[in-house]
Amino acid sequence: MSNTMKTLAIAGAMTAALGAHATTATAEGAKEKCYGVSLAGQNDCKAGAGTTCAGSSTVDYQGNAWTLVDKGTCAEIDLPDMADGTARQGSLEELNRDLPS
Amino acid sequence: MLDMSRPLSHLPAAPGVGYKPQHFNDILANAQPVEWLEIHAENYMGDGGRPLAQLRHLAERFAISVHGVGLSIGGEGRLDAAHLARLKTLCDWLQPASFSEHLAWSTHDSHFLNDLLPLPYTDATLTRVADHIDEVQNTLGRPMLLENPSSYLAFDESTYCETEFLAELTRRTACGLLLDVNNVFISATNLRLDPRAYIDAFPLDRVGEIHLGGHDEDHDDHGAPLLIDSHGREVADPVWALLDYTLAQTGPRPVLIEWDANVPNWPLLAAEARRAAKALAKVPA
Amino acid sequence: MSVTQDSFHAALLGATQPVPKGLSDGAGHPAGRRFDVYRNNVAASLTDALEVGFPAVQSLIGHDRFKTVAGQFLRTHPPDTPMLMQYGGAFPAFLEGFQPLAHIGYLADVARLEQAQRQAYHAADAAPVRPDQIATIPPKALGDAIITLAPALQVIQSAWPVHAIWRYATEQGAPKPPAVAQDVLITRPEFDPVLTVLPAGGAAFIAALHSGAPFATALEKASYAAPGFALQTMLAVLLHQNAITDIITTE
Repeated sequence: MSNTMKTLAIAGAMTAALGAHATTATAEGAKEKCYGVSLAGQNDCKAGAGTTCAGSSTVDYQGNAWTLVDKGTCAEIDLPDMADGTARQGSLEELNRDLPS
Repeated sequence: MLDMSRPLSHLPAAPGVGYKPQHFNDILANAQPVEWLEIHAENYMGDGGRPLAQLRHLAERFAISVHGVGLSIGGEGRLDAAHLARLKTLCDWLQPASFSEHLAWSTHDSHFLNDLLPLPYTDATLTRVADHIDEVQNTLGRPMLLENPSSYLAFDESTYCETEFLAELTRRTACGLLLDVNNVFISATNLRLDPRAYIDAFPLDRVGEIHLGGHDEDHDDHGAPLLIDSHGREVADPVWALLDYTLAQTGPRPVLIEWDANVPNWPLLAAEARRAAKALAKVPA
Repeated sequence: MSVTQDSFHAALLGATQPVPKGLSDGAGHPAGRRFDVYRNNVAASLTDALEVGFPAVQSLIGHDRFKTVAGQFLRTHPPDTPMLMQYGGAFPAFLEGFQPLAHIGYLADVARLEQAQRQAYHAADAAPVRPDQIATIPPKALGDAIITLAPALQVIQSAWPVHAIWRYATEQGAPKPPAVAQDVLITRPEFDPVLTVLPAGGAAFIAALHSGAPFATALEKASYAAPGFALQTMLAVLLHQNAITDIITTE
C-alpha cells in the first residue's frame, strides 16, 4: 500500500468509525456513576477469624490434601489441541496421573 | 518545624464510620447520624478511577479521616520512603481532618505482611517509634494520631506497660492518640488486665479520636478467653460500657464504628452509629 | 531475650517454624496458639486479597484448590507494597510454573487478564479525544499523526480463547469456549473495565501506537500481522470506549 493509499484508508476508516461512534458521556463529576463494585483487595485493619489457620498447616501437593477438594469450572472446558500443536487439556482429571501410586 | 500547637484532629465530636464503597449511595442519600468518614489510606493510592472519584464526592460533604494501615511505624527497618510520599500526596490533595496510624509493624525485608504485628515495649522500641513518628509528622506537616493495638500475647522483654509507653511517645513527639476502646477490651481480656485501669492510666488529654468495633471470641491452649479483633459484627455490650466510662473522663470525642468483615447493610451500620450518638449525648460537653 | 522481627517474620510465614521464645500469654505460659492469630491474619487476609483479584482463576480450579495455591503463593511471594490493590502481579507467572496445575495451559493467561483489569480499574483518569476535535484534523495529516491511548488501556495476547474462558468462568450461562486464540483489549470507558476481543492484527496495531509509531506505520504493522486488518472496527472500538485521549499532528 502506498502512503497515499494508507492515508486514504485511514481517513476513510476514521470517518466511518466516527459515524458509528455514539458519543459516550464522560463520567467525570457524575456521582451516579461512582457507585460500583471494587475489583481489588482492600486494605483494612481487621483480624481474620480465630486461629484456625490458613497459616498453620502445610500442604502436601502430591497428597490427599490436594486431591480431595472441589473441582472448578475448568473441568467442563475441553479444548482440543491448539494451532501450535501442543497437546492441551482443560480438565483437572489429569492431575491424578502425577500422584505417586 | 511542625507547629505542634495545631489541634490533634479536626474531626467533629460525633459519630463516624469506616467507609465501604458499597455504602456510597446510602451515605449520599442520608448519612444520619454519621457526620464523618474514615478511609484506609492504602485503598486510595491508585492513580485514578472509581476509588478516587468516590472520595472526591465524599470529601465535599463529610470530614474525612485518613487512617493508614501499612506504614509499619514499629518496623525495625527504616520507614518506606515511597509509601510515606504516597501518604503525603493523598493528604496534600485531600486535606483530611485527621491522619492516624498504628502502634505496630507490618513490613519486614520489604515483605508487607498485611497484619498489625506486636511490639515489645522497651527503650529501644520507644526510640525507634518516636523517630518514625517524627519523620511522619515532619513529612506530612501535620500531627498524627497513634492507635493502641489489640494484643494476643505479651513480650517477656517489655519494660513499659502499654499506657506508659504511649504516654512517653506523646511526650517525645507531641503526637496525638487514637484510643480504640475495643482494642483495650480485647487486650485486657487476653492479657488479664483491668480495662478500666487501662483507661485510667491512658493519656486521655491526647486522644483525638475513639474507635469501636466488633470482636470474635476464641480460646487459647489453656482454655483462657482469646478475643480477636475481627471487625465483623456489632460492638459488644461491655465495649459500649467501656466507651461510656471513657467518655465520662474525656468529654465528647469523635467516635468511629469500624466494620470491615461481613460488612452490613447501611441501616445496620447506621444503627451502630446511632448508639454511639446516644453515648455521646450523655456526656456533658 | 529479645524477639526480633526477623524471627517473628520467619515464624509467621513458615508454618512449621516454632513460635519464637520470649512471647507469653501475660500469665507465665508460652504464647502457643496465640501466635497463630497472627499467622492466620497474614495468610487469611492475603488469600482474601487474591480471591477478590482473581475470581475467574478461582472458579476454574475451584475454591478449595484456589486456597491451597494461594497459601503457597503468599508464602513465596508476599506483597512487596502495602497497597493490597496491587497484590498478585507475580501470580500469573507463579501459576505458569506451578506443577500440579501445569496441564491447564490457559490458567496463567486468565490470571493475566484479571490482573490487567485490576490495573485498568486503578489507572489514571484521562479525558477522551472528542469527535469534533478529530473532525478538525485534515485527512492527509492523519497518516503521520501520533495517537495517545488512555492509561487504562491494555492488551492481553493469548494462544487460548482467553476471553471466552474468562466469561465461562465468571458469567452464568456463558457459552463454552471455542478452540480459537484470542487477544483481548481492556479499556475503561468510565469506571469499569471493558473487555473486547481484538480483531486479527489489533494487538500489533496497538503495540505500534504504544511505542509512539505514527498512525500509518501502525496500520502497516497491523496489516503485515493480519492482511485485511479491520481498521475501521478497531478505531470504532477505541473511540467508543474512550480509549483515545489525543491525536497529535505534525503540522
